[in-house]
Amino acid sequence: MSDASIHSQVPENEASFGDYFALLKPRVMSLVVFTAMVGLLAAPGGVHPFIAFCAILFIAIGGGASGALNMWYDSDIDQVMSRTKSRPIPSGKVTREEAFAIGMTLSVMSVVMLGLATNWFAAGLLAFTIFFYVVIYTMWLKRWTPQNIVIGGAAGAFPPMVGWAAVTGGVSVESVLMFTLIFMWTPPHFWALCLFMKSDYKDAGVPMLHVTHGRAVTRNHILVYTLLLAAIAVSMAFTSIGGWIYLTVAVVMNAIFVAGAVSIWRRSDAQCEADNHKREKSFFGFSLLYLFLHFGAILAEVALAPYGLGGW
Amino acid sequence: MNFPEQHELHKRRFGRNLGVALALAAFVVLLLGLTVVKVTRGDFEPASVQQGATNG
Repeated sequence: MSDASIHSQVPENEASFGDYFALLKPRVMSLVVFTAMVGLLAAPGGVHPFIAFCAILFIAIGGGASGALNMWYDSDIDQVMSRTKSRPIPSGKVTREEAFAIGMTLSVMSVVMLGLATNWFAAGLLAFTIFFYVVIYTMWLKRWTPQNIVIGGAAGAFPPMVGWAAVTGGVSVESVLMFTLIFMWTPPHFWALCLFMKSDYKDAGVPMLHVTHGRAVTRNHILVYTLLLAAIAVSMAFTSIGGWIYLTVAVVMNAIFVAGAVSIWRRSDAQCEADNHKREKSFFGFSLLYLFLHFGAILAEVALAPYGLGGW
Repeated sequence: MNFPEQHELHKRRFGRNLGVALALAAFVVLLLGLTVVKVTRGDFEPASVQQGATNG
């Protein structure tokens, strides 16, 4: 192959290293890193700091790999939605085949390395997380049912469980509750986003709840899930990873979150259009702070425990 | 012997190649670190030796 033929095959918008990194969904990865780290640090029993670092890194790479496989499979949808149009595949910088190869390679690498660094239970849980996100959510549920985000949300809820398992080699009430917290948080978080990104999903033909059942039903669902979430979030305060700090944060944050959900529930479409979905947008923004502070409070309990301040 | 002039393609892909090289180097360092930690802690010792160490 001559230089000229190589040159002719180079796409116009050639990918940089950053474009390949973008396949791993860095913003989602930051949530994975944070929750996995909290799960790992809150787990009983110690782990060497370097092994803890490696475990969090491999969990993050596994999460990123599933993001790349999601972009590979969903490139047709991403092309239609304005929110995802600039992703590496729809923008023509990375090919689908490249995304698939990167996703598969990093998936296998992250699972094997987590197994070697910690234990094979944690590695199996990470493999299941990747499988759940790519096959169950992306390939199956996303284009089939308006409950896609409810069941698919489990994929994003596994990282703290994997972190916990990396230390203990198993699951416990605490790790299941951390999983449930993210699992129940995902629907109100995502449906709030959907309420002000209406046309995007409709154009892409993704059966999101507000597209198939309307915005009023979506508001009802947001309220119900927020109430269930509040019960779980507060109850977690009375387990071994809870304490006064967590309880205070949980009560305050859930009171605000429930008030936000009630206020969205009482609104009509006309009111939403009139103020350009102001409350939905602020509810969505607050949901990010909500999750960050809950896991931050667990971390604070762990950090202060040696000084007799954390825990019960 | 003269080396051919570097193609424009190589210059353009320098950043990407450098990124891959650094990622691979970081992976090697990570493997080395893991090995040192595991060997130091005695993770690769036979179970009987580990049991003996635990019992003192």
